[in-house]
Amino acid sequence: MEMVIFFILAAIAVAAGVGVIAQRSAVRSALFLLVNFCCLAGLYILLNAQFVAMVQVIVYAGAIVVLFLFVVMLLGMERAEETPDPRRYQWIAGSLLGLLLLAGLIWALIPTAAETVQTVTRSDDVRQIGAALLTDFAIPFELTSVVLLVAIIGTVVLAKKKLEG
Amino acid sequence: MVPASYYLILSAILFTLGAVGVLIRRNALVMFMSVEMMLNAVNLTLITYSRFLENVDGQVFVLLVMAVAAAEVAVGLAIVISFVRHKDTTDVDEMNLLKG
Repeated sequence: MEMVIFFILAAIAVAAGVGVIAQRSAVRSALFLLVNFCCLAGLYILLNAQFVAMVQVIVYAGAIVVLFLFVVMLLGMERAEETPDPRRYQWIAGSLLGLLLLAGLIWALIPTAAETVQTVTRSDDVRQIGAALLTDFAIPFELTSVVLLVAIIGTVVLAKKKLEG
Repeated sequence: MVPASYYLILSAILFTLGAVGVLIRRNALVMFMSVEMMLNAVNLTLITYSRFLENVDGQVFVLLVMAVAAAEVAVGLAIVISFVRHKDTTDVDEMNLLKG
C-alpha cells in the first residue's frame, strides 16, 4: 500500500516537474510547481516527517507559489510567450547535460542508501526538532532571523521606485 | 516500506529537472521556479536520510533551507520587478547591464 502511494506521488511529482519547465506560460508553470510541492509534502508524510510536511504546504505552497503568481500577474507577463530560441541546440545540450547530471547523482547517491537501516517509527518529531533547534542548532537558528531581516530590507530597497534627486 | 534508494532516485530526477529548467528556459521567473524545485529535491534527500538514519537533524536542516529559500525568492523577485521596470521583459538574455 505504501509502495502504491509512493509511486502515485512520485509520478505526479515528476510529471508536474516536467510541466514546470515545459510550459510556455509562467502562470501554468507556477501552478505545476504547486502540484509538485504538494506531492513532496505527501512524500514527507510517508517518510514520517509530518511537521515538515505541514511547513512545506504552508511555506512553499502557501507563501512562495502565491508570491510567484502575484509577481507574474503583477508584471503582466502571463501571456508573454517566449520567442522561439534562435539557438535551438541549447535545448538539446541542456537535456544531454541533465541526463549526465542524473547519472552522476544516482551513481553518487545509491551506494550510500544500502548502508542505512530501517527501524520503528517515532511520534515526538516536533519536540525533537524544537529541542535540536534550541540546542545543537541554536546559532544557525538565530542566523536565520538575520537572513530574513536582510531579505526584508533588500527586497524593499530593490523594489521601491528610485528617488529622483 | 519503500526503500531509501527509491526516494533518492526520485530526488535525483527532480533535481535534474530543476537544473535542466535553469539551462533551457530564458524566462527569469521560470528559472526561479526551477531553482525552487532543486531546493525541494535536496530537502527530499535530507528528509529521507533523517528517516532512515533515525536522526532528526535532517528535518532541522530542511527548516533552515526553507527559510533561506523564502528569503531568496523575495529578493530574486524584487530584482526581477526592478529589471522589468527598466526593460519590460523577463528574458535573461536581455540582462546585460554589467557588460560595460
